[in-house]
Amino acid sequence: MTGHRGAILGLHLGVIGVLAALYFVLPAYHVSNLARIMVLSVFAMGYNIAFGYTGLLSLGHALFFASGLYATGTLVQLAGWPAGPGLLAGIAGGALAALAVGLLALRTTGVAFMIVTLMFAQAGYLLILYFGPLTRGDEGYVIDRASRVVAGLDLSDDRTRYFAALALFALALLACLALVRSPTGRVLVAMRENAERSRMLGYDPFRYRLIGLVASGLLAGASGAAYGLMFGYVGATFASIQYSILPLLWVLLGGAGTVLGPFLGTLVMFYLVDLSSSVTTAHLMVVGLALLALVLFARKGLLGSLRERALPWLP
Amino acid sequence: MKDIPITRTPSRRGLLKGIAAGTGTLAAAGAFPGFIQAQSSEPIRLGFQLHRTGIGAAYGRWYERTAQAALQVLNDAGGINGRPVEILFEDDGTDPKRGAEVVEKLATQGRCDAVFGALFSNVVVGSAPRAGELRIPYLVCSEGHHVASGITNRWTLQPGITDVKSQVQAMAPWVAANLGKKVTMVFPDYAFGYDHRDFFTAAMEAQGGEVVELIAIPPTETSFTRHLPRIPSETEVLYHVMVGPAVLTFVKELGEFYGTGDHPEIFGFIDSLEAVDIAGPGLEFLEGTHFWEGHPRCLQPGASEHETFYRAAVGVDDNGASVSDAREVSTYAHMFSAWETLFVIKAGMEAAGYQGPDDRQAFVEAIEAMTEMPLSREHPQGDKVFNGRTHQVFGHQHISKVAEGRLEVVHTTSIEDGLYPDEVDYTTQPF
Repeated sequence: MTGHRGAILGLHLGVIGVLAALYFVLPAYHVSNLARIMVLSVFAMGYNIAFGYTGLLSLGHALFFASGLYATGTLVQLAGWPAGPGLLAGIAGGALAALAVGLLALRTTGVAFMIVTLMFAQAGYLLILYFGPLTRGDEGYVIDRASRVVAGLDLSDDRTRYFAALALFALALLACLALVRSPTGRVLVAMRENAERSRMLGYDPFRYRLIGLVASGLLAGASGAAYGLMFGYVGATFASIQYSILPLLWVLLGGAGTVLGPFLGTLVMFYLVDLSSSVTTAHLMVVGLALLALVLFARKGLLGSLRERALPWLP
Repeated sequence: MKDIPITRTPSRRGLLKGIAAGTGTLAAAGAFPGFIQAQSSEPIRLGFQLHRTGIGAAYGRWYERTAQAALQVLNDAGGINGRPVEILFEDDGTDPKRGAEVVEKLATQGRCDAVFGALFSNVVVGSAPRAGELRIPYLVCSEGHHVASGITNRWTLQPGITDVKSQVQAMAPWVAANLGKKVTMVFPDYAFGYDHRDFFTAAMEAQGGEVVELIAIPPTETSFTRHLPRIPSETEVLYHVMVGPAVLTFVKELGEFYGTGDHPEIFGFIDSLEAVDIAGPGLEFLEGTHFWEGHPRCLQPGASEHETFYRAAVGVDDNGASVSDAREVSTYAHMFSAWETLFVIKAGMEAAGYQGPDDRQAFVEAIEAMTEMPLSREHPQGDKVFNGRTHQVFGHQHISKVAEGRLEVVHTTSIEDGLYPDEVDYTTQPF
């Protein structure tokens, strides 16, 4: 793989470059969509670290996304914090939620882990509803435009938002690339492949899984915090089960255990819904059929299959 | 001394050139008015943010039909400013994230002049910031208090339906005077329920009544049996409001709880029974109970000609069901808002001399300047008063009693009953 270092770096930097160029080419609607997709794909990248690389099939990642969203939203809109520190608090919120859940849930594995993480996420969702007078529950609240300024950059402005989303996306993408190619990243993959054998080699599975989950929660929190500031809305829907399933689908579609897969999956799924909903009310069926086709013909997702068949060096 | 030009007979070539140039000019002159004509007769495009799927789908189906019927009437009468009108419907899945994306799609890709139609509060609150950023008029049909509370923005208006704060305030005096002063409230444990809890509690206290117990039902609840014993025996009125199919279980279990014995008066919001046949099986316990209705589902004696016109145009029978299928009950209490909002858009655009997106600000200002909305074909639910400062309209509310499976109106509030002090002045905010 080291022999392809140039190609790997070139590919990932190329994707970032193409995304930057697309701002000047695409119509306004798609520019705004891409900003959303880039922010949400950071959530998917986070999920991919836990699921794709560490082998932790979580059904509770909405909690980490919502932790970032609500930490930032609460501090900025309700406590009057500036957006910059609010954003950092949101990122920390996602990581801390993952740490707390991980310390308890990682005592389990497999199906039990799925159930425990799902339970934690549901508890988080109900907590948001419980504190309705503060959170406005399912209805949610708006973050004022005046409060959505980070380091002098007004995130309600289309151009600023696009490049802020791109910066976050690029940072997350390169961090993921660095992580999965680092010794720690290789141990995470070892945990996915065979935790017992890794333990025999002297690596503590609990510790490494916790590292994977916290890194995953950090990215999910960053995505949630950025989404709140960029699009100005904080609501309990983002903590619901749907937002635990979505990153799983994005990652499965794009290719679990590939660095670019989560972005590709988020992109394809977004446009699958967007285009099919203009044609039919059964747009979720279209998504379902696409996933069925994936299971039948490309089990490892789009980039996973590509890696298997043509590009074995793809990280 | 200047030379005097000598007039010469034009050559054949010159004549041909002149004819060609003249013909070209004439052609151009002919084409230009055609271009102007094309500009001014281009359809006005309105986006409709539709709950076609998701929890709001029952409402969405009828909101679409109502908007289509209103569009037909509008275009038959010459459209807006003489221009035909098109509506682009786009499903938001009753999801706030998708809602914001749909506003974006309608505004940028659909090139719509304005967007309207959203009902569910979370979709409205989730979409309003994006509408504000895109500087597109966003007219909601939601009955939530969000617009009038000041959390939205200058581009967001609710000119087609009264908000919940006004609704409960208007009805509390009648409830206190006719049903009882000691109220137990059963409501969903989320924002929609809190609006009822807070506004009705305050309104009852103003009438010398009191809320003796608040029973918040978690949204994940499937049975209410364990909550019903919390209803105090001193309760004179049981106030219930719920969203979704849970109400069927609630009513059935309430019937089992009280059996054939005495029970408090029951007052509910029709929201939970919209699109549900009130004479259907399992709902017998509702006989003799009272409901709020924004617009009476069953045709009432002495209904206005505008009411009968509206009912026929949308295709609803005297019982509030589809004329083509009596089992398909409409969301009659709310869906008039889609109709009336479309005609407010027409009035606003005509007042503003609306030509295109550059006039969006003038359009919003024209709506802000509106006050009286008389009972008419455009406003079949009744006359209304619009408050341009809070972007909220105020109308009449109806209290109906279930009698032999029909909803009979027993009281109609005045507009003044529902007025409250302004909480925001959007007209002072920048666009």
